[in-house]
Amino acid sequence: MRIELTVNGERREADDVWEGESLLYALRERLGLPGSKNACEQGECGSCTVYMDGVPVCSCLVAAGQAQGREVTTVEGLAGDDGLDPVQQAFVECGAVQCGFCTPGFLVSTHDLLARNPSPSDPEIREALAGNLCRCTGYEKILDAVRAAASAGAQS
Amino acid sequence: MTSTETRNVGKIGDSPLRPDGTLKVTGEFAYSSDLWHDDMCWGVTLRSPHPHARIHSIDVSAALATPGVYAVLTHADVPGLNRVGLEHLDQPALAEDVVRYQGEPVALVAADHPETARRAAKRIVVDYEELPALTDPRRALDDDAPLVQPGGNLVRELAIRRGDPAPTAPVVVALDFEVGMQDQAFLGPESGLAVPDGEGGLDLYVATQWLHVDQQQVCRVLDLPPDRARLHLAGVGGAFGGREDLSMHVHACLLAMHTGKPVKMSYSREESFFGHVHRHPAWLRYEFGATEGGRLIYAKADILFDGGAYASSTTAVVGNGGTLGLGPYDIPSVHVDARGVYTNNPPCGAMRGFGCVQAAFAHEALMDELAERVGVDPVEIRALNGMREGDRNITGQLIDSAAPVAELIRTVRDLPLPPPPDDRPDIRDLPGGASNTTHGEGVVRGIGYAVTYKNVGFSEGFDDYSTARVRLEIVGGEPVATVHTAAAEVGQGLITVEQQICRTELGVDRVVVHPKNTMVGSGGSTSASRQTYVTGGAVKAACEAVRESVLALSARRLGVSGLRLDGDKIVSASGEVLAVLAEVLADEAVEETVEWHHRPTYPVDPETGQGDAHVQYAFSAHRAVVDVDVELGLVKVVALDTAQDVGRAINPDAVVGQIQGGSAQGMGLALMEEIVVTDGKVRNPSFTDYLIPTILDMPPMQVKVLEYADPHAPYGVRGVGEPPTISSGPAVAAAIRAATGKALRRVPVRPEHITL
Repeated sequence: MRIELTVNGERREADDVWEGESLLYALRERLGLPGSKNACEQGECGSCTVYMDGVPVCSCLVAAGQAQGREVTTVEGLAGDDGLDPVQQAFVECGAVQCGFCTPGFLVSTHDLLARNPSPSDPEIREALAGNLCRCTGYEKILDAVRAAASAGAQS
Repeated sequence: MTSTETRNVGKIGDSPLRPDGTLKVTGEFAYSSDLWHDDMCWGVTLRSPHPHARIHSIDVSAALATPGVYAVLTHADVPGLNRVGLEHLDQPALAEDVVRYQGEPVALVAADHPETARRAAKRIVVDYEELPALTDPRRALDDDAPLVQPGGNLVRELAIRRGDPAPTAPVVVALDFEVGMQDQAFLGPESGLAVPDGEGGLDLYVATQWLHVDQQQVCRVLDLPPDRARLHLAGVGGAFGGREDLSMHVHACLLAMHTGKPVKMSYSREESFFGHVHRHPAWLRYEFGATEGGRLIYAKADILFDGGAYASSTTAVVGNGGTLGLGPYDIPSVHVDARGVYTNNPPCGAMRGFGCVQAAFAHEALMDELAERVGVDPVEIRALNGMREGDRNITGQLIDSAAPVAELIRTVRDLPLPPPPDDRPDIRDLPGGASNTTHGEGVVRGIGYAVTYKNVGFSEGFDDYSTARVRLEIVGGEPVATVHTAAAEVGQGLITVEQQICRTELGVDRVVVHPKNTMVGSGGSTSASRQTYVTGGAVKAACEAVRESVLALSARRLGVSGLRLDGDKIVSASGEVLAVLAEVLADEAVEETVEWHHRPTYPVDPETGQGDAHVQYAFSAHRAVVDVDVELGLVKVVALDTAQDVGRAINPDAVVGQIQGGSAQGMGLALMEEIVVTDGKVRNPSFTDYLIPTILDMPPMQVKVLEYADPHAPYGVRGVGEPPTISSGPAVAAAIRAATGKALRRVPVRPEHITL
């Protein structure tokens, strides 16, 4: 089948999509956007998190066909023309990135959290990011990064 | 100097940002599962459903006839020696007449779409005859046990004897302990891309911990000389030991050579649980004899590791479990037996902490028991018995640099404690969290302590080295260093450290890290907490060689001797600036390659286990604070604080990151992480059923870093990555014991262990 959707502001299409393919597969293998990650492909780890029509979803759990006509934003779409998003900048500067495989999902989830709640408490951060697994950091520096991004957002 | 300035400078001791950080936050960093090639096809693996079976026949005809399928391969298609293995060549790349564990690779398919390949693989007909499976390692050496490997079921037996052979003591404590099977659970699945070069060779882009040992193994199976199989490090999504053994490497190469097409393989999470080795489950029996005051007189240990169906690194894990298995204590008389055996369970091998993790749960539990028996507190009993510099450990090796056990354990004791439970405002901080299982009723707080020590680098006589090539040249009028090693960056930050060392030694600002591949000599394994030490040592030595060459060149050009390099200036003996680097180098590049070996280690005596087995020791201590809902058996770790001696922190921020991440993995084993194996079959190969700590599970972690330089190591560094994974779990277990009064002789601790 053929799918058409908007990804990171651009109209995109893909042909010969097998009905069983996930949005994650279509993004990674058909649209040249491998930033969203495939750590579990069963909705447990959050590494594939993208926005679909403004709502964060596990793209591994969305069939590619379900994204027909929808608007998708991936990690590749977070940075603006003037550089990294404050969330991306904070993750780099706080040492929240080690292997980085969980990072794209954390970035989208954090971006969504701060859009909803610009000054989250620690328990709110933990709850919002509970669906994203990280195996490298023990999460301390991820918390630092989220706090730093919130603080940067408050100042801007 | 402010932290901003140090970040910009980026020499050793600073914490410059990792050079791949921006790529990793923009989604542009190319992990091994992200690779793509024109005309590539997808490879999948057919695996054994049985823990032990004879293969009578394999019929691939229906699979081959599937539209879109390019190749279906079995062991009959292997051109070279059909054997792989890190320490013993005991595992077929593709099964021959017998499968020895559930998940053993049997056949491969390449097709135009991964789903086509998966469906074709299901059409392969394998005629299995199930055989009796050996699934209890405690029976592995019985006379009537099924034979897993033709040479018998013993992988290695190690005896350590020291001091009085028949010691007695006024106070004797003993216990049996059991540790479950832990998974590395790196997030980036096993994956890579094999690309034929059209001339009978290929390039393999893969996530791994040691390119050169992979290359040896690939070449052996494919019957290729090393220059025909070039390995390149693709982006690695974590490793933790699980990428020391081969996974899809040989399989993708076989398919690529057979089809003449680029082949990508990428495991699902379920396949990943079958596609790499795990941490050995262990059964441990310990006994301590001590004075009335709690000073150890003797220690005995009997340790059994389940190696599973193939040896992997079981030999070395037994080495560590035996030589380090009594912990960082000064013990006059010692009697240790450690064994690793074959079974039809999943193969086990390397994971962060490597043989010490299992032992630490036992010796630390017993140390607490001794403390209680003699009426000494858990901190002071460890300080009393802790190793000191100048002591000899249980293999008789002199501890010839800092061994600050007493300082570490007292340091964690003195760190601020979290607020008491009554002040807790948020239900999410209680056991059970937002599940709303308690508002504080039935919740008891406990505090536990543990210490450990771990060898750094490869041991027991292994010639452990790394190779670095450093090039210095002028680019755009500015000196630029390029550092090329094959040492795998798996997320820990080695590339940052390589840059810092080049900046420090050569005074340059710009350092390019060359892509990691086999076009330079081996960097050794990214394991055993060794890369900052060994590859760091190699990069330092290569920089020194470059510096000497630059000064020799300068001396020739300037006609002056006794020069030194100060930043980018060539300075005379009297301190006069004679030239800048750009003038001396002009269009010339200075390049040096150095193979750097750490000081030798030696095999232990086969009878007594005595010898200088290890190159360096790293020490850490943890304090865990837990709240336990004793009615439901739920545990909330409230604080997990640690102190560790890192010798010299090359990158202090990265050191803390390693310690926090390592602590989380140790906590995971104490509380939740276990591959459940029943009758040789894995019951929970998914992140739904195999749980790793989330951000809700992890507590705040205070980290106190001590820096007692090791005079024998480059810059005084001491390996960092593993100790926190060893001491954190036992501290958590101790804290739960303190809260519940339960003995808890098995990890992970489950709710029923607390409530029943």
